[in-house]
Amino acid sequence: MAQHTISVLVEQTFDALPRIAGLFSGRGYQIDSISVGEAEEPGMARMTIVTHGDEKIIEQINKQLNKIVDVVKVTDLTEEPFVERELALVKVSATQSTRNEIMQIVNIFRAKIIDISPKTLTVECTGGHAKVQAIISMLRPFGIREIARTGRVALKREFRGET
Amino acid sequence: MSAEIATRMPEAPAREPSRKTRRVKVEPGYDLKGSDVLVRTLLELGVETIFGIPGGAIIDLCDVTGRYPELNWILTKHEQGAVHAADGYARVTGKVGVVLVTSGPGATNSVTGIATAFMDSSPVVVLTGQVPLRMIGNEAFQEVDTIGITRPITKHGFLLKSAGEVADTLRKAFYIARAGRPGPVVVDMPKDVLADRTDYEPGEEIVVRGYKPKIFGHAHQISRAAERISRAKRPVLYIGGGVQKPEAAELVRRLAIDNNIPVTSTLMGLGAFPTDHPLWLGMLGMHGTWAANMAMQHADLIIAIGARFDDRVTGRLEEFAPNAEIVHIDIDSSVIGKNVPVDVPIVGDAYHVLVDLVPLVQPADHKEWLEEIAEWQRKHPLRYRREPGVVKPQYVVEQLSEVTDGDAIMVTDVGQHQMWVAQYYRFKHPKSIVTSGGLGTMGFGVPAAMGATVAQKESEHARPVVAVVGDGGFQMTFAEIITAAAYNLPVKVFVINNGYLGMVRQWQQLFYSCRYVKTALYGANPDFAKVAEAFGARGLVISKPEEVRPVIEEAMKVDDGPVVVDVRVRADENVFPMVPAGAALHEMIEEESCGE
Ligand SMILES: Cc1ncc(C[n+]2csc(CCOP(=O)(O)OP(=O)(O)O)c2C)c(N)n1
Ligand SMILES: [Mg+2]
Repeated sequence: MAQHTISVLVEQTFDALPRIAGLFSGRGYQIDSISVGEAEEPGMARMTIVTHGDEKIIEQINKQLNKIVDVVKVTDLTEEPFVERELALVKVSATQSTRNEIMQIVNIFRAKIIDISPKTLTVECTGGHAKVQAIISMLRPFGIREIARTGRVALKREFRGET
Repeated sequence: MSAEIATRMPEAPAREPSRKTRRVKVEPGYDLKGSDVLVRTLLELGVETIFGIPGGAIIDLCDVTGRYPELNWILTKHEQGAVHAADGYARVTGKVGVVLVTSGPGATNSVTGIATAFMDSSPVVVLTGQVPLRMIGNEAFQEVDTIGITRPITKHGFLLKSAGEVADTLRKAFYIARAGRPGPVVVDMPKDVLADRTDYEPGEEIVVRGYKPKIFGHAHQISRAAERISRAKRPVLYIGGGVQKPEAAELVRRLAIDNNIPVTSTLMGLGAFPTDHPLWLGMLGMHGTWAANMAMQHADLIIAIGARFDDRVTGRLEEFAPNAEIVHIDIDSSVIGKNVPVDVPIVGDAYHVLVDLVPLVQPADHKEWLEEIAEWQRKHPLRYRREPGVVKPQYVVEQLSEVTDGDAIMVTDVGQHQMWVAQYYRFKHPKSIVTSGGLGTMGFGVPAAMGATVAQKESEHARPVVAVVGDGGFQMTFAEIITAAAYNLPVKVFVINNGYLGMVRQWQQLFYSCRYVKTALYGANPDFAKVAEAFGARGLVISKPEEVRPVIEEAMKVDDGPVVVDVRVRADENVFPMVPAGAALHEMIEEESCGE
């Protein structure tokens, strides 16, 4: 059951988000991640939905999304090269003795420390899903207090030669 | 033939010819109440009749409608009845049915009606009252989250946020309800928005950016379909509610008749093909004819148009039509390939696709195939046992068919009687069956028939409206007989009184060793003719076979109000053939037994 990243351009109405969420819950489709924010055009939002299911389910998801009145465009990015990013904020326990080690990990992942306290560090990490997973698992042994993640956002890749 | 089609069906008309919408000129107005703008916009959109019940949240709007005598408001007894009536009205006219109800309980009472319209793709706009905007979320008196409750059973929902958006929102709602695969739309109207002031400018139909259904089929797929149809040896046309528009039904007839392709239909598609034509197989599915179901199972090509391979139609999917390639034409791409794999998918409006497709098909006689089918029809016709002195429900439907000459609009409720109408009424025209196929809503019949009758009053070609309902379902919404009487609506209601929740009793007989738990109604049923009289309708009774014909004739003559006929039929008659739930289409049973 392959994972699919679906990009949905939608009018920013009060009912758009619950309609889309209700489509998934009402028909038993999975949401692995969902994120939404303003798109390039005023009044429009772009939603990135990561889901999984067999071919038939994915086809239904695409078609059902298209039927929603507020939905203007549905693109299954999985069918073409795309770039995706996710942001995680990780509040990790830190003592005098572990702080350096944590900072090294942060550097390796090109992440950032955005808050510091006597007992914690808060790390901001941006990257692909795998990278975010990786830094979280590296930080886990130190004791993770809280995590906030955005869910994935994605856009179609335009220039294929580039990474 | 192809040339003829090509010349007769040139450009796609902007609106289908079947739609007859009264356009009235509505004057612009300045500094009007939202309510006033709403009523003007309804008139602008061609609305003649609305169905509903007033209440606190819409009392202002109610007051305004009093100043517009050109808007006919049918006051029903229950909001469910209002929605079914608007639905029935919409199904026979193709126009949008309009409902007006108050907030809270008015909205929740509408829910069954909305779900019914949704499942059967009927264009209905439901205007619901709502508490003032600033009170939303406060658990105010008669507040419910109407948009939330109806979200999964509507095409779309709007919450009005200001008086200035009333007119355009209504225009959008009407467009969405009718466009593509039709369906219900809710417009939730906070009380203060209806009271606020704004201007009204007569407007045009509006474009909704996210909803532009595909009307024309893909040329390449259409030519592939034509190829498959031309070379098929055992083709079957399987049609559904999507070909009930008369112009689409006309082209289905051309496709079938010019190319000798036998035709079966779903419950919703009945009437789109004339049942007296030799190519007619009868309905298919759970209570379909032997020939129709066998034809599906032995076909090498199924041409599905405006149908969705519902589980009541396919039987066990793994064994459905094992040798058939499938061409599927539908306006809703999401039904194509959903239940069965499709070889040639065509997304588009049935009429426009057929305009392109029909001329491309090479005619064939399909002699052997038609002979094989004729053999099934000879050996396994639809049949029932006649018994002296007993009124058989099938006979009643046959007689209704004869007396009305197949010209009636047949409205049904849900249960055995519904299937007998489907099997035994000799439908001749599209838009002749009004039934709750998708949701199977008991209580649909009487109010839907009332709505269909209102539409006949507005029409130049009025047809008789006959409701055939069960004694169980009748009692769910029979209060609407009072409404029909109040408005002098000549609905003919035949209560197939078998003293049981018959369809459930049949399953108990066949699959639960005749243990009739909670399905007996006899003894507790009221005297339906007396009820009718008390409600201001005519009440008649049929209790002997020889009364069937004369009483039907008498009932059909009543034209100044509703008539209810209590038809006392055999209690334990069953609907056959039957494909038991979970069986394959060819595993029909034709005999009665007490099985487990
Ligand atoms: C609102 C609703 N409740 C329950 C059912 C389940 N149901 C389906 S058919 C049926 C029996 C209908 O009995 P009746 O109206 O007498 O019709 P008959 O089958 O006897 O012709 C019932 C209870 C339903 N379809 N709709
Ligand atoms: Mg009954």
